[in-house]
Amino acid sequence: MPTDEGTIETLANQEYKWGFVTDIEADALPKGLNEDIVRAISKRKNEPEFMTQWRLKAYRHWLTMTEPKWPNVKYPKIDFQDVIYYSAPKAKKQLKSLDEVDPELLRTYEKLGVPLEEQKIFAGVAVDAVFDSVSVATTFKAKLAEMGVIFCSFSEAVQEHPELISKYLGSVVPYSDNFYATLNSAVFSDGSFCYVPKGVRCPMELSTYFRINAKNTGQFERTLIIADEGAYVSYLEGCTAPMRDENQLHAAVVELVALKGAQIKYSTVQNWYPGDKEGKGGIYNFVTKRGKCMDSARISWTQVETGSAITWKYPSVILQGDNSIGEFYSVALTNHMQQADTGTKMIHIGKNTRSTVVSKGISAGKGQNTYRGLIKILKNATNARNYTQCDSLLLGDKCGAHTFPYIEVRNTSSKAEHEASTSKIGEDQLFYCKQRGISLEDAVNMIINGFCKEVFRELPMEFAVEAQKLLGVSLEGSVG
Amino acid sequence: MALVEIKNLEAAVGGKPILKGIDLTINPGEVHAIMGPNGSGKSTLSSVLAGRETYTVTGGSVLFDGKDLLDLSPEERACEGLFMAFQYPVEIPGVTTSYFLKAAVNAIRKHHGQDELDAMDFLKMVKEKMALLEMDKTFLNRSVNEGFSGGEKKRNEIFQMAVLNPKFAILDETDSGLDIDALKIVANGVNALRSPERAILVVTHYQRLLDYIVPDFVHVLCDGRIVKSGGKELALELEKRGYAWLETAAA
Repeated sequence: MPTDEGTIETLANQEYKWGFVTDIEADALPKGLNEDIVRAISKRKNEPEFMTQWRLKAYRHWLTMTEPKWPNVKYPKIDFQDVIYYSAPKAKKQLKSLDEVDPELLRTYEKLGVPLEEQKIFAGVAVDAVFDSVSVATTFKAKLAEMGVIFCSFSEAVQEHPELISKYLGSVVPYSDNFYATLNSAVFSDGSFCYVPKGVRCPMELSTYFRINAKNTGQFERTLIIADEGAYVSYLEGCTAPMRDENQLHAAVVELVALKGAQIKYSTVQNWYPGDKEGKGGIYNFVTKRGKCMDSARISWTQVETGSAITWKYPSVILQGDNSIGEFYSVALTNHMQQADTGTKMIHIGKNTRSTVVSKGISAGKGQNTYRGLIKILKNATNARNYTQCDSLLLGDKCGAHTFPYIEVRNTSSKAEHEASTSKIGEDQLFYCKQRGISLEDAVNMIINGFCKEVFRELPMEFAVEAQKLLGVSLEGSVG
Repeated sequence: MALVEIKNLEAAVGGKPILKGIDLTINPGEVHAIMGPNGSGKSTLSSVLAGRETYTVTGGSVLFDGKDLLDLSPEERACEGLFMAFQYPVEIPGVTTSYFLKAAVNAIRKHHGQDELDAMDFLKMVKEKMALLEMDKTFLNRSVNEGFSGGEKKRNEIFQMAVLNPKFAILDETDSGLDIDALKIVANGVNALRSPERAILVVTHYQRLLDYIVPDFVHVLCDGRIVKSGGKELALELEKRGYAWLETAAA
């Protein structure tokens, strides 16, 4: 009879499935960063002067900053002069329709299962795909435009809707916010933009698919979503990258603006290449995600993080308006040598603001998983409420789970609750399942999925199924 | 043919011998009770038969329905029709009882080359069995054993036995932690599951359970060996005299 250890070993050797490289000619700027590079990026993108100035302001500020050292992660020093800050699939002319997109690129997305072609219209998901640094295709644009919804690449928005960009860019994550966000502000090359007008309920899930392809390329995308008064939008984000021995840098910024009574639901399934079992390669994922809620608005972040060598992100909500609601549901999984320092910040400024945080950390192999959360209730935020639940699950005895909750309450009418638990998938649980005829892998999957249930039920249906499968694959063979 | 044939079975945990040569033959339709003082090896015997990895079999053989039981993994044993009602059923948060049981039913069906049951058929089958154990409807949607009382947990075990329909069921100290009402419900459930095709091994410290589940044979385990076997009247004698007279005999 094979031991569990043996079965698990075999399963653990499952390869990263999305690790292929697409051979496409790229138009890249030289490695390194200086004012000329920043100007060159802006020029390539044919940006108006205010954008160039904004980037330069960010770049100059970045020079005065140092890398944050407080996260509970370890990695060799990054040489920021050794990164290519702009790489785009070479396009011979302006793309008019999907037919003109390089077929090689379309095949890549097909492999990834992104429904880029309009024939997959039944999927009901509008997709903006970002390949390396530029957005290559946005589907369903016309249909969305009928309702006044703008969903396009960031570059296009800069050209077509400069007034919205200048009004909202940096309004939630200012250019000076933090080391990586400031770097992003200087060099971001593309991303997605979405505006949902007053009172409109966006009829379909909007989705962005990010892919880092070129070697030594950093991906610095920027997403800006604005839900005008009373609007609703649900947004999905998925990510993959080829397997490379070098670490690749990903420093994105996502800004969400929910005006009075608006609702934004932002879901992420992040599956960047995590590196191999010895910790070689993988994506450094240093991301700043933040949303701002005006009166009675609501922002929900739901994330399933299974990839990246290092994850450093804290999707946050500024509860500016009275009666606004912020939510954060997260599953973060670390296996092999992966490290994650993730959590959220809920800043209660308005009265009667509410926030809910449900964080599920799963550590396997030698993975290190840290939850870091800040609940800040300001003086005028009377009757604010927060509920935080933070659970960790350990598989094996070489991994770690850490929790750093920070709670600041500055008035007496508010209430913050924090619950935390750490558990191990026990031999008893596994034996119980096996005694009922359930195989080891199915038992582990079942226990993990049970553990993550509260988060999965927040995900849109098709995403939830994908997330469950992804967890299964990422965890195979981690019990022993 | 005997359903279960245990021959000179020896087992150890952490290098310490616990079972020191067990011989036991169980035929289909029979109910056997294993009794014995604490530390005699009763639970070890159940665990070894179910295939728990913490125990090492150091000698002997077990034939189950003609197959070498010790050569099968725990899940294969389950699929072949061996069921154990746990003394301490574990909790699995977030996994509903119906999801768990459906996974178990379908794993076993798959093993026998049968089609998986769909949700409707499964629910229909399960509802019939729930009536048997007087279980509440909400029970299926609760997480496996989470927040269950001791009685509910044990009822859940017998309910699972009813659903999985095993050839051979081991009830490991099923009476522990039960009040008399819960004990009766559990025993009624077990009795309803007695059949000419099924064998049941009741492992218990007290005679009390055997008032309700009346065994065909009673065996007394002392220090890793069966020191006395007899009919149901042996249990009553043990109730009166205790185990001490047999322990001296064993030594």
